[in-house]
Amino acid sequence: MERTWNNKAWFMVLPVLLLVAFSAIIPLMTVVNYSVQDTFGNNDFFWAGSEWFDEILHSDRFWEAMGRNLVFSAIILIIEIPLGIFIALNMPKKGWGVPVCLVLMALPLLIPWNVVGTIWQVFGRVDIGLLGYSLRALGFNYNYVNDPFDAWITVIVMDVWHWTSLVVLLCYAGLVSIPDAYYQAAKIDGASRWAIFRYIQLPKMNRVLLIAVLLRFMDSFMIYTEPFVVTGGGPGNTTTFLSIDLVKLAIGEFNLGEAAAMSIVYFLIIMLLSWVFYTVMTAYDAEQ
Amino acid sequence: MARLEETTADGRTLMRQTPASAEAQTANATLARKMRRRGEESRFWWLVPTIYIIFLMLPIYWLVNMSFKTNQEILGAFSLWPRNPTIANYMVIFTDPSWYKGYINSIIYVVMNTVISVTVALPAAYAFSRYRFLGDKHLFFWLLTNRMAPPAVFALPFFQLYSAFGLIDTHIAVALAHCLFNVPLAVWILEGFMSGVPKEIDETAYIDGYSFPRFFLRIFMPLIASGIGVACFFCFMFSWVELLIARTLTTTAAKPIAAIMTRTVSASGLDWGVLAAAGVLTILPGALVIWFVRNYIAKGFALGRV
Repeated sequence: MERTWNNKAWFMVLPVLLLVAFSAIIPLMTVVNYSVQDTFGNNDFFWAGSEWFDEILHSDRFWEAMGRNLVFSAIILIIEIPLGIFIALNMPKKGWGVPVCLVLMALPLLIPWNVVGTIWQVFGRVDIGLLGYSLRALGFNYNYVNDPFDAWITVIVMDVWHWTSLVVLLCYAGLVSIPDAYYQAAKIDGASRWAIFRYIQLPKMNRVLLIAVLLRFMDSFMIYTEPFVVTGGGPGNTTTFLSIDLVKLAIGEFNLGEAAAMSIVYFLIIMLLSWVFYTVMTAYDAEQ
Repeated sequence: MARLEETTADGRTLMRQTPASAEAQTANATLARKMRRRGEESRFWWLVPTIYIIFLMLPIYWLVNMSFKTNQEILGAFSLWPRNPTIANYMVIFTDPSWYKGYINSIIYVVMNTVISVTVALPAAYAFSRYRFLGDKHLFFWLLTNRMAPPAVFALPFFQLYSAFGLIDTHIAVALAHCLFNVPLAVWILEGFMSGVPKEIDETAYIDGYSFPRFFLRIFMPLIASGIGVACFFCFMFSWVELLIARTLTTTAAKPIAAIMTRTVSASGLDWGVLAAAGVLTILPGALVIWFVRNYIAKGFALGRV
């Protein structure tokens, strides 16, 4: 749509600007403030320069958490995106099945995140949970509390359970927007099932897939509540992701300077990713 | 946008208008039917969604199942369904103020947040969809970064900010804090819906002598009613499911139900039945309202950009 130039539009944006500035810029400035200061208590602060950043960027703990988080996000994307596409391709296109599928599949997306954690914490328990109990009965030595591998599997399956539907819904929305004419043309050309997917369905899902990939990447990169409730970051530190580590540092250990420096590094990464997201999106829109 | 979806969601309506003759129409319909059969490969296509839905429902079923059992049954005998169904767990929640107050607190701040977010987002989204202005792109990008910001980064500064204003443990504190991600979300969703309304409508209304507020309330808002509904739904949902910030900013008087649950787990770790019942009750609001937005939910998650 052609938009007219009008600087008075700023007045309409002003309330949003003020509100978000209050909840974003002031807190961020607090973080910046802490990240360059040190204290001996009593609200006595002195300049520390880049000390905290040095410490964070050279601490194994930070890089390990970062590494775990990147591995986690990668696994999540590798599983959820293809699975989501596959399920969306097999969804009914009309009839009573459509609303039923949509509503049931969207349900996990609407459950409070800590309840998701609670559900899986209970579900995976070997004494009272269906999953843990069944796996034990089948002879697996499953225990997500003590075994790092089982803990990872549980957290990943939980995330697949929680968020694959998002990919499904987005892909499905992309799929139903393809006119039948495209399929008929493909039929006349004698296209195979794969060719239809590769040359008709996938290009038409481009935009929604882009959104799905980026949302899934960012949300899994800042996941906190679900693994925190299920594993508490354990056993040991094996499921301590960046957010969990940050909250531990800030509220658990009350290590303000380090936590603030970490927040800033973390936020800069997110900013960079958002920028990539935004650039790709707007470039894509311009192409269309 | 809504109009576009109507035609595209049912591609066949669109098709029927294009072919010239009735013959071509039947040929097309046969082809389409064949195509669909081919696309679905076999009669077992329904297996995939069915298995997936079973996978989704099993953990939820297990929670519901537990909520109707006594603690002895949960811990004692492993059973796939409650042998002696009891609603005692639910009664505990509905009679104990420390439990049901949690629901009331959650609902209060979630509703406050939804009203604030959508109210301020409406004019902003209109500005973004209709006008270009100095720094509009940067502003839009900045809003996006807030939607993507990790709540963990804000937990501590929020605590200090709201302490400084003496707002800790009030509903408005959580409602304002959640605006951080809900206002950008509402702006994005509404902008997507508003861009689908042709600009000629605005211009015609102005020519007809409508003032801006009157045009916006009388003509424009009804046109994007579904968009407003979806934006409300998403603000409601994201505020309802968020816990980290809500827990950080509250101690007792405004503590959300989700935080009360975690506290109970860590304190006693035993009352599984009540925990399960509380969990089921937190799922209910989402399960109830999702029906109304089922056709738009993908669009909402895609920030209005499907």
